[in-house]
Amino acid sequence: MTTIESPRSGKIGSGKIAPKYNRSGHSRGNFEMIAWLFMRLSGVVLVVLIFGHLFVNLMVGQGIHAIDFGFVAGKWADPFWQFWDLAMLWLAMLHGTNGVRTIINDYAERDATRFWLKGVLYAAAFVIIILGTLVIFTFNPCPVVNGVQLPGGFCPAP
Amino acid sequence: MPTKPAGTLYRGREGMWSWVGHRITGVVIFFFLLVHVLDTSLVRVSPEAYTAVIGAYKNPLMAIGETGLVAAIVFHAFNGLRVIAIDFWKKGAKYQRQMLWTVLILWVVVFGAFAVRHLSLALGGH
Ligand code: HEM
Ligand code: HEM
Repeated sequence: MTTIESPRSGKIGSGKIAPKYNRSGHSRGNFEMIAWLFMRLSGVVLVVLIFGHLFVNLMVGQGIHAIDFGFVAGKWADPFWQFWDLAMLWLAMLHGTNGVRTIINDYAERDATRFWLKGVLYAAAFVIIILGTLVIFTFNPCPVVNGVQLPGGFCPAP
Repeated sequence: MPTKPAGTLYRGREGMWSWVGHRITGVVIFFFLLVHVLDTSLVRVSPEAYTAVIGAYKNPLMAIGETGLVAAIVFHAFNGLRVIAIDFWKKGAKYQRQMLWTVLILWVVVFGAFAVRHLSLALGGH
């Protein structure tokens, strides 16, 4: 006989899962429902953001041959593309992290295994989201090190 | 030996395989994105560091990889919209199979167009 295990994501007291089957043992409020909704809302927006990103970066003009430092400088000189990339970064990372969380819940059976896998997942997601955000907003088209302009930068004429 | 459960509506049918595909493509895209934000962050190191690493994306082997990545994204995106329609549209569950065929047809068209354009740019003489 196949035994069907209780879901590891779910809320005590929601009526969906009897408390004795809940592995985490405490209430998670409406978190799982919000997460479920977020996957769907972010998905719709991500279609536009990612298809737009791929089209502009790979399909027009010289496609991938056009991508270099100057290409990024050109895009991020425009707040429109800064916010496009910011929204794409946050939504894709939160969507992907939540999706991988579900998968860990599905396959990792030991409590300790799930705990550590999710710890690594959240740490990685945090670092990438913060790093990506900083990169977009601290981007400098004319980087200077010790008073010397780095080659390849785009500096205003002196 | 456990015997195979007799035919169910889900197990081994298109619904299950589209879910498997959705799950695998989701994970692939996630890991790509982690690396992608790291490579983009090189613009903060130096113009030359960024341009050097991006140069790696321009070789023919990587062009195949990028094409595979886009194949995964286009499937995940269209199938994701199908999942959303199943959940929110009142006839969604009834038409889930037809919608899967629509997803596959759209996937062939959109991914096919992308692959032709991208591969001819990336592999074409330069
Ligand atoms: C292009 C637009 C996208 C759409 C329309 C979309 C849609 C969805 C939907 C509706 C789900 C929930 C499936 C369910 O609850 O059964 C989902 C799951 C998932 N998505 Fe996306 N997604 C998109 C982009 C992405 C991106 C960019 C990533 C990675 C960074 C990603 C990674 C995942 C993962 C890992 C899951 C979990 C799969 C599972 O539980 O089996 N998705 N996606
Ligand atoms: C092989 C295909 C891809 C190429 C060649 C590419 C290229 C680039 C380039 C040149 C940038 C710099 C800024 C800009 O152009 O807007 C960038 C940034 C970015 N891309 Fe992509 N991209 C690809 C696929 C993707 C996919 C599939 C996703 C989403 C899952 C994505 C998400 C992002 C994000 C979030 C940023 C901003 C990074 C940051 O905050 O530092 N890209 N990409």
